Order: sequence, then C-alpha cells, then structure tokens
Amino acid sequence: MAASEASSAATATATSLRHAFGGVLSFFILLLIGVLAFSIRLFSVIKYESVIHEFDPYFNYRVTQFLTKNGIYDFWNWFDDRTWYPLGRVIGGTVYPGLTLTAGTLWWILNSLNIPLSVETVCVFTAPIFSAFASWATYLLTKEVKGAGAGLTAAVLLAMVPSYISRSVAGSYDNEAVAIFALIFTFFLYIKTLNTGSLFYATLNAISYFYMVCSWGGYTFIINLIPMHVLLCIVTGRYSSRLYIAYAPLVVLGTLLAALVPVVGFNAVMTSEHFASFLVFIIIHVVALVYYIKGILSPKMFKVAVTLVLSAGLIVCFAVVAILIALVASSPTKGWSGRSLSLLDPTYASKYIPIIASVSEHQPPTWPSYFMDINVLAFLVPAGIIACFLPLSDASSFVILYIVTSVYFSGVMVRLMLVLAPAACILSGIALSEAFDTLTRSIKFQLPGISGGKSEANAGDASSASAGAQIDVVKAGKTEETAKERPSRKSKKKEKEPVEKPPINPRNEKKLLVLPFEVSIVGIILLVLLGAFYVVHCVWAAAEAYSAPSIVLTSHSQEGLHVFDDFREAYAWLSHNTEVDDKVASWWDYGYQTTAMANRTVIVDNNTWNNTHIATVGTAMSSPEKAAWEIFNSLDVKYVLVVFGGLVGYPSDDINKFLWMVRIGGGVFPHIKEPDYLRDGQYRIDSQATPTMLNCLMYKLSYYRFVDTDGKAFDRVRRTEIGKKYFKLTHFEEVFTTHHWMVRIYKLKPPKNRLRGKTKKSKSKTSSASSSKRSGKRARNPWQ
Amino acid sequence: MARSTGDDAQALFHSLRSAYAATPKNLKIIDLYAAFAVFTALIQVVYMALVGSFPFNSFLSGVLSCIGTAVLAVCLRIQVNKENKEFKDLPPERAFADFVLCNLVLHLVIMNFLG
Repeated sequence: MAASEASSAATATATSLRHAFGGVLSFFILLLIGVLAFSIRLFSVIKYESVIHEFDPYFNYRVTQFLTKNGIYDFWNWFDDRTWYPLGRVIGGTVYPGLTLTAGTLWWILNSLNIPLSVETVCVFTAPIFSAFASWATYLLTKEVKGAGAGLTAAVLLAMVPSYISRSVAGSYDNEAVAIFALIFTFFLYIKTLNTGSLFYATLNAISYFYMVCSWGGYTFIINLIPMHVLLCIVTGRYSSRLYIAYAPLVVLGTLLAALVPVVGFNAVMTSEHFASFLVFIIIHVVALVYYIKGILSPKMFKVAVTLVLSAGLIVCFAVVAILIALVASSPTKGWSGRSLSLLDPTYASKYIPIIASVSEHQPPTWPSYFMDINVLAFLVPAGIIACFLPLSDASSFVILYIVTSVYFSGVMVRLMLVLAPAACILSGIALSEAFDTLTRSIKFQLPGISGGKSEANAGDASSASAGAQIDVVKAGKTEETAKERPSRKSKKKEKEPVEKPPINPRNEKKLLVLPFEVSIVGIILLVLLGAFYVVHCVWAAAEAYSAPSIVLTSHSQEGLHVFDDFREAYAWLSHNTEVDDKVASWWDYGYQTTAMANRTVIVDNNTWNNTHIATVGTAMSSPEKAAWEIFNSLDVKYVLVVFGGLVGYPSDDINKFLWMVRIGGGVFPHIKEPDYLRDGQYRIDSQATPTMLNCLMYKLSYYRFVDTDGKAFDRVRRTEIGKKYFKLTHFEEVFTTHHWMVRIYKLKPPKNRLRGKTKKSKSKTSSASSSKRSGKRARNPWQ
Repeated sequence: MARSTGDDAQALFHSLRSAYAATPKNLKIIDLYAAFAVFTALIQVVYMALVGSFPFNSFLSGVLSCIGTAVLAVCLRIQVNKENKEFKDLPPERAFADFVLCNLVLHLVIMNFLG
C-alpha cells in the first residue's frame, strides 16, 4: 500500500505534467509508427524497382493518367474504346473513383508546389502513405475503445500486419490501399459519435463513409456492420440517445452521399445489401419513440400503452415485413449481387458463377494462410475479446462484433482477410496492452522503490498506458485488486495455451491477487519475445513474400539472381511493332496490362463485367485452330497473346488457367464440354491427353515449337513431356516470343483467297519463312 | 373487454397529453418542425405512388431531404433537452451549431443529387 500513499501524495500539477509528457511521447511514437508503416512497404521498390504491380493497379494507373491529363469532367464522361472491343466501357460510371481521385489530387498538390513527380511515382507511393494514415486511424479507434496504450499497441501491430502489407506495398496501387484507411476511420468516427453524441462527428462520419463508398465495394461491410451493432445494442438494452445520433443521421446522409457515386447510384436504395440499414433505421425510430414515451409516462400507464400498441402494432409490422419480402423475392437474385451472395453462401459462386470462382482471391483461405497473414495476432485475439468484455461498453461491443463478422467473412474469401486484419490488430493491441499493464503493475506493487522508470522501460509502447493507468488504479484500493486479478490470470493463460479460454471461476482464485514477482518478469519477457517473433515474421513477409511485383520475376540459381522481365518485353514489342488500332486477344488476366503498357485495344480485361464476351474468348482458346480463327476474326483480332511458363517453370500461366477458360466458355456455349479436355477426370497435357485437348488453340499456341528448346519438350510446370510435339499452325503465325518464352504473341493469318491445293503450298512457304526467323532468334535465346 | 380497452386508451391519451403539455416551448417548436418535415415526406410518397417515380433522383432527394431534416431536428431535440442527463455539459449553442453544419452538408448533397 506504499504505492497508493505515494500516488496520493502526488499533486495535481504533477499529474497534468505527466499527461502532457505522455501526450508528447505518444505523438512521437505515432510519428515513428507512421514512418515504420511507410518504410516497411518499400521493400518492393528497393528489391525490384519503382513499378506498378500486378493487374488491377495497371488499370488504376491508366485511369489516373487520364485524370491528370484530361481533368475531372472528362474523367466522369470517359468512354474507353480501347477495351472490351467492340463494346467499350464507360469508365467514369463503372469505377470506384476514390483511389484515382486521391492519387490525382496528391499529384496535383505536389505539382502546384513545384515538386515535379511523375504520376507513376505518386501512384506507387500512395499505398504506403495511406497505410501510415490507417495505423493512425487504428490508434484513434482503439483509443476510443480502450485508452491510449491499447491504441498505440494496435497502431504498431497494424503498421506491419502481413495481411495488410500484402495489399499495400509500394506499387500495389489498388482500391484496398486507401479503402482500409477509410474503413478504420469510418469506424473510429462512428465510435466517437457513439461516445460523445455529437452531431458534428456524425457529419464527419457520413463524409468519411462517402470516401469509403468512393474507394471500395467493401463499403457494404460498413453499412451492414453498423446496423448490426445498433441492433445488438437495442436488443441488449443498451439503447441511448447517443446511439440514435450516431446512427440515424448516418443512414440518411450516407445513403444520399453513396447515391452520388456513379458506380453505386440508385443501388444505394435498390439492392438488398442496403436494406438492413433501412430496417434498423425504422426499428431505431420505434425504439426511440418507445423510450421517449416511457420517459414521460408513469409506469402503469406505460404498461397499458404497451399492451395496446403491441396488439395493433404487430399486425402492421407483419404486413410491412410481408410486403418487403414479397418485393425482394420477386427479383430473380433476391436483389443481392453475386459477390455478396457468395459471401452469405460460400458455395454459391462455385455453383453458379465460374467467373467469380475462377479468381484465386475469391477462394476460401487455408489454415496456414491465417498464420501467414495475421501470425501471432490469431492467438492474441481471444484474449482481446475477453478484455473487451471487462467491462463491456458500447464501443467494445462494436469491436467484438467487428471481429466476429470479419472472421466469418475472411473464412469465405481470402481477399477479405484484409478486413479481418485491422480487427485482429485492435483486439491484439488491447490484449497486449492489458497484459503489460497488469504485469508491470504487479512488479511495481512489489518493488515500490524502482517502480516508475522500470515499468515504463519494460512496457515499451504500452508505457503511456501504464503511466496513465497507474494513477487511476492505485488510488482505488480494493477495486484495483479485483480488477488486476482477472486480466493477470488471463495473460498468464495466454502465454501457455493462447487459444484456450480461462475457466469462469474467479471466486476461487481471489487469493492470487498479485502475481509473484518472478512470474511477472517471465511474463513480460515472454510477451516481448512474442512481439519480437511477430516483428521478425512481418519483416520477412514484407521482404520476401509480398513484395514481388509479379510483372518482373526473379529466381535464384547457382549463377546468382536471374531476372525475368518477359511481360514488359512483350508489351513493349506490341507497342512498337503493331498498329495503334490493332486488337489483341488474350485471357482476361492480361487485359489491363495490355491496355496500360502496350496501349492496344483488348477484347476482355480484368473488369469481367460481360460474361458472354469472356466466354467467347474462352471458347476461342478451347476450340480447334480453324474455329478459333473464325471467332477471333469476327472480333477483328489481329494478335493473340498467350502466357506460357513451361520453359522456366512459371506456374500461373495460361495452361494452368485453361480449365477455367473451358468452364466459362462452356457456361455460355454448350458445345465446349469440360470432360472432353479431361482424361478420366484428370487434367493432363502429356501423351495421355485427350485429342480435343491436344488440338485446342491454347495447347497449340503454348507448345508451338516447344520441342525445339530441348529436344524433348519437357514442361517444367507440369513436370512432364508434352503429348504432341511436332505440329504446324495453319491459321496463326508466331510473330514474337519473349526471352524466356513466357509471353508468346501470334498473328492471325489473313483469310485465304486461293483454292485448297494452292493454299497448302503457300502455307508451307510461310512456315518455312517463320522457321528461318526462328533460327535467327535462336541465336539470341540462351535457353535453347 | 372492448369497453375496458376503450377506457384504457382514453386514459392513456389523456395522460400522454398532460405529460406532453409539460414540455418546454422550444422543444415543442422543434417537434412541430420535425412533424412538418415528416408530413412533407409523406405527401411526396403519396404523390410518387399516384404519379410515378420517374425522376427517381428528384423523388429520392425530396423525401430524404425531409426525413433528414426531421432526423436532425430530433437529434437537436435530444441534445437541447434539459431532462436528458447524457448531454448536460453540451451547451445548446454548440448543439445548434452542429445542427446547422449537418443541415448544410445534407442540403449541399441534396442540391448536388437533385440533378
């Protein structure tokens, strides 16, 4: 009890000084967290170069270029005729403009400050900048829930959580980069409004929600999670007028603002994703009215009113609900879009929409990916949930609801692991900070002499939490002991069996009030080790696993580092050697890159808005040469581009994606049947393969002349010799094959205008011509 | 049975009236304002049901403008209500300023959306 005496002796000025010191300290910690979040994402720039990554970022980059060149009005009215030939695409009305506008604004500001950065540079570094913002938003959110110490810990964890790094490394210029910041910030403002009941924050909340709607389709998560939380509060009897102020303006303003975004438009009031919010909007008004009447009436009269209203109200309610259900059921998909349906029913997509199922990030995740993506947080989250229940407030119930729903969603789609990551960071931050709080406090309790400095030194980032908490805690004599006992037991459990929840018998262990000195020291050391393990894992993940730009590949061999830059080689060839208006056909994965890097018109791209069009290309790829030529010719295609990894062992090539082409093509054109391409249910390209497989266009374009490379035609991805080695192309001619054969470009031969006998001769001539070109190329191809 | 419910309803009505009569005047004005906004929204919905919702954004902005006004008025009422203990340290001037700001944003958005 010496400590409590000492603290009571401390004057108010000392306390305020300490608070000020804590404020300055946490400001600098936050600054450092921002720097950390930014710099941990630069591995891709250092190890590779400052390029845009992957597929979708190229499209965003191209849109940003257009925006900076032509201005905002042209951007809204932009009809893009270089994609989805001959349909085209209205970009302004079908794109989430948040990311583009953000980067465009950044670029504009920098340029008006006479800092001449290129658009590409700004795009590359947008994601790291916003991840720093996201960790600050996490600090704010967690601070609202559990205080500044938990906030700082959560911010550190979020700054380097691998799941988020995977989407926001420098160059990964995708919607999620800014959307996660918007998501966390919206949640923060909602909690802030809930805690203060201020209409000002409610307005800010709606605007932040607007930014989220602009940025990412994931905004439906917010507009469903917040109503769920409101409903939870109402059901558990936690309704307050602050809840009303936090929710009702958000729905009205949020709906209007969402309807302003062209890609959402009237969907904001027409689709079922948003109906939950309206239903809760009605419910909260009824509840508010009930609470109001309850307040002004005497209890007896209120009972009378309840009986009266219930009998009349229930009938009306059922009628309304029945009408709503009938309305929703009358639309074929029940008003839900395919992606949302596949969230509710995980088997939906694989059953009905192959184009959604074919994207690997729409698949359910495996267990190792949880460990890979959120690492030790997975073990800390249960402890955090328990910490949120002691005591349960509106804010902490929101965090619990957030983690529960996001765990479910991450289980449905790998991609939504990204939504789970902030929740896991917040809860782990709470758990770690509570644990440090307890352990340092029990050390301080036993060593009153050296308490202050030591506990802060040990706690690291949680120091300001313990500094703040010490004062409150030590003042309250008895309550402190009970409060201390529970989390300490929890943290002890956590070190040993992290996932197991502690038994619910707090009475028995009342004697274990203060942890023994040695135990708390060991506990702190273990927690620090755990944190160190997390940091090491995160840096490894950022450096090795998630930094590859996927358009430049590297491999380590005995001769050293080898760089595969085939994609850019091929796109550069296209842009230099083909006409501006030539159409290039490829599988949709490479559509965005072709338009952005080669500036050529493509047939389909990653937007996948028209299933039939994609199915046409899929059908062409899985048809025999002549039929494929006819399809491509009808689409004005001049060049066909295939990605082939068999020579260097690049696994995500077109042959591995081929079954999806067959499935998607067969979904629209029934003459393409998947079993024709499978031998006894197995997908194979060796001599056992079916004749349909060996004669389809994709096989031929991938393996044409492949036998010339090593004489055996050994495919390094499938680890087998191919089935049909020597064949000639009749309707296509090879025009370019990159250094490592990863991209092969073919040209459609002009239509024949001779008789059959004559064409045979001309064909052999062209093939000999191409073989002479081949020998010329062989000289500079070191792989042959 | 029917008799007793009728009596109950009457008693309830009376007690509601007498309880409401005790509310301060400024709150009553806000109530009137909110009720008027809801009434306007209802008129628009009826009109939509009769004539059709063709310029849907106009209908939407009209109705949501009314509902939004009513909701914000209710929020203001909650905040300036002296009996509400949750907002004791919030001065009514601040509440009104927030209300004006929120209304401003709402109607800017609506003007933008009106088309």
